[in-house]
Amino acid sequence: MKKLALNDEILLQIDKPARYLGNEINAVMKNPDTVDVRFCMCFPDVYEIGMSHLGIQILYDMFNQREDVWCERVYSPWTDLDKVMREQKIPLFALESQDPVRSFDFLGITLQYEMCYTNILQILDLSQIPLNASERTWDDPVVIGGGPCAVNPEPLAEFFDLFYIGEGETSYFALIDAYKDVKKKNGSRQEFLERAAEIPGIYVPSFYEVTYHEDGTIASMEPVNSHAPRKVKRQVVTDLTHTYYPKKPLVPFIKATQDRVVLEIQRGCTRGCRFCQAGMIYRPARERSLEMLEEAALEMLKNTGHEEISLSSLSSSDFSHLQELVTFLIDTFGNKGVNISLPSLRIDAFSLDVMGKVQDVRKSSLTFAPEAGSQRLRDVINKGLTEEVILNGAGQAFEGGWNKVKLYFMLGLPTETEEDQKGIAHLAEKIARRYYEIPKDQRNGKCQITVSTSFFVPKPFTPFQWAPMCTREEFLEKAHTVNSEIKEQLNRKSIRYNWHEADVTVLEGIFARGDRRTAKALRLAYEKGCLFDSWSEYFHNDLWMDAFEEAGIDTDFYTTRKREADEIFPWDFIDIGVTRKFLQREWLRAQEETVTPNCKAQCQGCGATRYHTGICPGTDSLNLMEGENEA
Amino acid sequence: MKIRIRFRKYGIMKFIGHLDIMRYFQKAIRRADIDICYSSGFSPHMIMSFASPLGVGLTSDGEYLDIEIGNELSSASAVQRLNHVMAEGVEVLSFRKIPEEKSSNAMSLVAAADYEVRFRDSFAIPEGLENDWNSFLSQDSISIVKKTKKGERELDLKPLIYQAELRREPDESFCIFLRLSSGSADNVKPELVLEAFAAFAGFSIPEFALLIHRKDLYANTGSAEQPCFVSLEDLGEEF
Repeated sequence: MKKLALNDEILLQIDKPARYLGNEINAVMKNPDTVDVRFCMCFPDVYEIGMSHLGIQILYDMFNQREDVWCERVYSPWTDLDKVMREQKIPLFALESQDPVRSFDFLGITLQYEMCYTNILQILDLSQIPLNASERTWDDPVVIGGGPCAVNPEPLAEFFDLFYIGEGETSYFALIDAYKDVKKKNGSRQEFLERAAEIPGIYVPSFYEVTYHEDGTIASMEPVNSHAPRKVKRQVVTDLTHTYYPKKPLVPFIKATQDRVVLEIQRGCTRGCRFCQAGMIYRPARERSLEMLEEAALEMLKNTGHEEISLSSLSSSDFSHLQELVTFLIDTFGNKGVNISLPSLRIDAFSLDVMGKVQDVRKSSLTFAPEAGSQRLRDVINKGLTEEVILNGAGQAFEGGWNKVKLYFMLGLPTETEEDQKGIAHLAEKIARRYYEIPKDQRNGKCQITVSTSFFVPKPFTPFQWAPMCTREEFLEKAHTVNSEIKEQLNRKSIRYNWHEADVTVLEGIFARGDRRTAKALRLAYEKGCLFDSWSEYFHNDLWMDAFEEAGIDTDFYTTRKREADEIFPWDFIDIGVTRKFLQREWLRAQEETVTPNCKAQCQGCGATRYHTGICPGTDSLNLMEGENEA
Repeated sequence: MKIRIRFRKYGIMKFIGHLDIMRYFQKAIRRADIDICYSSGFSPHMIMSFASPLGVGLTSDGEYLDIEIGNELSSASAVQRLNHVMAEGVEVLSFRKIPEEKSSNAMSLVAAADYEVRFRDSFAIPEGLENDWNSFLSQDSISIVKKTKKGERELDLKPLIYQAELRREPDESFCIFLRLSSGSADNVKPELVLEAFAAFAGFSIPEFALLIHRKDLYANTGSAEQPCFVSLEDLGEEF
């Protein structure tokens, strides 16, 4: 029988012991004596969140296809177990083997959002691995970070040995082979890091030195080891059909946030919304083939027994085989009790028809993300959704029997005025009026319009990376304006309004565009007890503010400051695919309120053509783009 | 066709609670491609009901769920297919056809359950345990206060304990065998009996000191006065 790292007494007194057992359906067990490399993959949040992440499932499957590698998993112990582990000095362990994480060759940590950064320190701390990469020896695993926040890894630089920039399917095997080779020759850790630095997409933070101007901005960032490149190139999968995709995803015993099969139909997005980091850093837009997706859907449902399948992408309506795929899914699984969920669909005749087939119209709600309240501001952010399209879509839906609508907006976008904020209330009101145009005997009671606003955080590698962010007070003032205006509307009783917390947004803004110096505050905050910052009941803004003060960090420098066009950013050492010239052009066009067409209509010369794949046109524009790279 | 599945829950699966075991079986039945029937309506769900929830931390050799299926080749092939998709810690023991009537439902039939209760190694066995046990059982009534959702009520355990025996295992450790009233009417958990015993004998049982194993669940085919307990499994037949 399987051994456990925790004894019965501990497991019976903590919440949801299944978080720490492993043994799930499709978990991979291997004999540790017959593998060369043990890789522990970590999602630094609670199990139910981490188990819902597709990226880890892809890499878990990919690594375990190699006979010489055993990839296992670890998640953040919840606060109840955290306390017990500290009291009893129990080292953090991987789920499959229940062996201590510290005994592994690699610890890979996915960086999905800034608010999990203290959890990374918890993982290292509980594993008894030195927090600072410079203090680690061959007795510790090589700690590597990846995922979307790795496009600005600098706030975490001192805690990681390596970062993987880009999509994991391409360079990991080269890294594993380099590791085996160095180990076989009895090489040093330094030797391995040098080998790693030569692998495309691998960033070794200790091989770079940053100098600063007197005003705090970066003067230079240069490699100080001859093996390290000046620019680290983001890795891109060029053929999404013939690559790794897990046919046997893990099935947890407790209900995960995503308790369903997730089918990633495409990567990247052609729309070019200027606030959207995903839309910039996953270029070019690439599709998987219909045949591959149909086969994967069949296999994954069979191997998991899940009762739901969800399509995943940034904009499902743009997938060219969407109708065929959805028809296939409905025809194949519709009568087998399998639900089909279709997030991020544009509302039109086709999607309403499909949704009417796969869900209960009376219970489900429609979602629109206009992001901004006025057409002027939607032009600034390049969100190609017009009021007419929203009202038409909502009208069709209301006539089809729906009466619930969700609307998502951002507050604090560049150039935003009070009129734009009030526009949010006015748009909600127009949708409500559209509903009440339907004769009383033909409609389904009252309509429910839920307006949600988040606060805008400028992100690296977007046209808005130069933009100042609002202060906490400005954010709350804006939310107040929206709230008051909604209360002025005729149909206010049909409109509900929620807004995000401002404190946590400010913190996210600091780390999103943070540099190496912010690490000090992160460490202090962790030492003061900050953990699970994305969980509002555990978020302690006062501790964070103390930490910044103690670290001597002026947070406004990272958030509200206006950046000059030629400022060197902490993330500029990464060649992300889109050029800085393109981003700068888009930033100017935003200020001129000029819309840029999406990639399908016309290539905008963003720089992603050099990957020769997906939506990008042939090699003609390639030569033109190369020159822009060094900008 | 109505089917009763008997399964065993052991090892680390004892930490998986009842609701999660239900979800686990829903997914396992899909993986095994058992032709299960669904309820009608807009969001159909599997026709499936469990006999009696098992608490977290307990193991069992006699767990039951009833399902309805369209078509199946044989008991043996269904057991094999299910065990092929099980996680370590759950084993399907039988897959039997039961009568179609509503009254044959496992949940409504449960009348008694067998348990084995052991003490964890860390627990120091009080002196004179065997004598105390015998005196405890020879009382005319065993009155306890049972906490319910509505408050507290007094209860006589004695008529609800059908069998009780303190056994010495080959390794000299103690094992208490209990057959207790179970089901919706008078459900007695083994902890309740052990707590009453400890109170009687003047010792206390710390949290997590008991290892409890359920052996089987029974229907009463006799009368209230003259019960005749039949294993739920024996009410079905192989096919």
